[in-house]
Amino acid sequence: MSSDGGAKIRVLIAKPGLDGHDRGAKVLARALRDAGMEVIYSGLKRTPEEIADMAIQEDVDVVGLSCLSGAHMTLFPRVVELLREKGAPDITVLGGGIIPDDDAQKLREKGITAVFGPGSLTSSIIELIKEKVNG
Amino acid sequence: MDGKMTKERKDRFTTLSEIEVKRLYIEEDLPDSSSIGLPGEYPFTRGIHKTMHRGRIWTIREFSGYGTPEETNRRYRYLLSHGQTGLSVAFDFPTLYGYDSDHSFSRGEVGRCGVAVDTPRDMEIIFDSIPLDKITTSMTINGPAPVLWAMYIANAEKQGIGKDEIGGTTQNDILKEYIAQKSWMLPPEPSLKLIVDTFEYGSRYVPKWNTISISGYHIREAGSTAVQELAFTLADGMTYVKAGVERGLDIDDFAPRLSFFFNAHNDILEEVAKLRAARRIWARFMKEEIGAKKPRSWMLRTHIQTAGCSLTAQQPEVNIIRVAYQALAAVLGGCQSLHTNSMDEAFALPTEKAVQIALRTQQVLAHESGVVNTVDPLGGSYFIESLTDEMEAQANRYFEEIDRLGGVLKCIRGGYFQREIADSAAKYQREVESGERTIIGVNAFQTGERPRVEVLKIDPEVDRRQIARLKEVKATRDEFKVERTLDALRKGEENGENVMPYLVECSKAYATLGDMCDVLRSIHGEYREPAIY
Repeated sequence: MSSDGGAKIRVLIAKPGLDGHDRGAKVLARALRDAGMEVIYSGLKRTPEEIADMAIQEDVDVVGLSCLSGAHMTLFPRVVELLREKGAPDITVLGGGIIPDDDAQKLREKGITAVFGPGSLTSSIIELIKEKVNG
Repeated sequence: MDGKMTKERKDRFTTLSEIEVKRLYIEEDLPDSSSIGLPGEYPFTRGIHKTMHRGRIWTIREFSGYGTPEETNRRYRYLLSHGQTGLSVAFDFPTLYGYDSDHSFSRGEVGRCGVAVDTPRDMEIIFDSIPLDKITTSMTINGPAPVLWAMYIANAEKQGIGKDEIGGTTQNDILKEYIAQKSWMLPPEPSLKLIVDTFEYGSRYVPKWNTISISGYHIREAGSTAVQELAFTLADGMTYVKAGVERGLDIDDFAPRLSFFFNAHNDILEEVAKLRAARRIWARFMKEEIGAKKPRSWMLRTHIQTAGCSLTAQQPEVNIIRVAYQALAAVLGGCQSLHTNSMDEAFALPTEKAVQIALRTQQVLAHESGVVNTVDPLGGSYFIESLTDEMEAQANRYFEEIDRLGGVLKCIRGGYFQREIADSAAKYQREVESGERTIIGVNAFQTGERPRVEVLKIDPEVDRRQIARLKEVKATRDEFKVERTLDALRKGEENGENVMPYLVECSKAYATLGDMCDVLRSIHGEYREPAIY
């Protein structure tokens, strides 16, 4: 149960592209689960199309994208675009990985709500998700 | 007890990996002297050579590669001109998976976290004006390792340098990919077959090449403890050795070319003990369990990289200090080659300036610090020897557990290693967030400022350039020859033959990485892991 007594917050943690670094994604998935959220983990090597479909099928509130290969500028905005095209513009999209500040700024302009780099605390991500979903 | 004892700061002191550390170590804590031995002698706890770094400084080998082959070649020449002594190639993700740059999966990934290689032509450009008979090259490539190695051999031969003259290493360690780094091409069993092909081919035709670099680095980066890194890596090594022996290879033919790759994390003394324990466990396994006769077969030779996962985005200059201590641990632990990370790698691939500082860190250790003047200066330390022993004992318990579960391949398919590592990673993060574990700049001594860091920019046109060259190579090669060599590769693999000679022929015909890997994929299919967290 979320803090307001409503349904559990649903989150898809996804690995787009070829990147195999899954430590951050898995650590975050566990932390969100421990914080009472329903977490679905996509597994590795997913296309933006697969991720958007999964997000809609699973009826999630939030998609967390993790990419440490440098392909974030191509893959993250594509997921946002697809969610809009498929009629799910309300799903919040977050990004994480090795992402330079300039890129993070551009990603926010393209509809990624927030970008988390190395050293981010899971508690701050949890807080942001609760604020976004529960208002 | 006479004299007052100040109350200690904590109830319990441990290493980074949670091994309990006592207040004081005394003579009684030392293991049997035969376990310690002498440098250059079995069981090599104190190092594999009698003279160690008095004889030769470790190879300074910075892992690098980005963008196009031309840019990477420029970076290599820069590094060599600043005193680097060996090369280490980082490939981009499509290359790591065996896809050409024009594959749909390559979108956005080309040249991003390493250099793109599609055809032997790219190999020629990367090593342009670099003498392959004088410089050794390490290639971080796993699934398609036999293919990239074949391209390297074909390129050397084109330069007039024989297979028997080139030296270097292909990482070629697929087991740790399933366990931790997660870039693979085929399922585990056919991957293992290809690796044994390289052992056989290497020992026969490329005697100066390290056919594999059995890697704990990525296991540690994925979140394992030092003991898990030690145990899982050596368990992988044992699996490769047994696979080679099962093929009927003579252990003393291929074992001397097996090499290792470990991480150097923040806890200096634990890292030193880990490396000493690794050498001892390996020597005992190779001599006593496998029955190898040559001392070279018993020796664990290792490359070390400082811990990327220890770098922080907060106060990035502090990373220079972390890296220096980690590098000190690697040297005190008796490494054969070393990569030091750059301070800016929590943001992007390193700039020239950052990588120069990393290089200088090694040079200060080698030429100013004095730690190279005697062999194994920490040997005989009550604490170091006791910790070495303890880590060996804990690793042995893991080997028993892996055996009980049916061996490394079964453990991979069942997700055993993945779960163990994920547990350790989650625990580490919880401790950082609760403040039990102090990370400077992250949960202590914060400045609150967001640093402005100059980062390396990858040419946004790299995809286009790379795809253009791929098309050009395809347009000018002899298609008939390509088809013929690929067909021979297919038949060879289907018949269970050693495919290395076929791959070299394909490379000489300018078959692309994707061409060759597609043949292997069409026979064996792809692999997807259980998605657990």
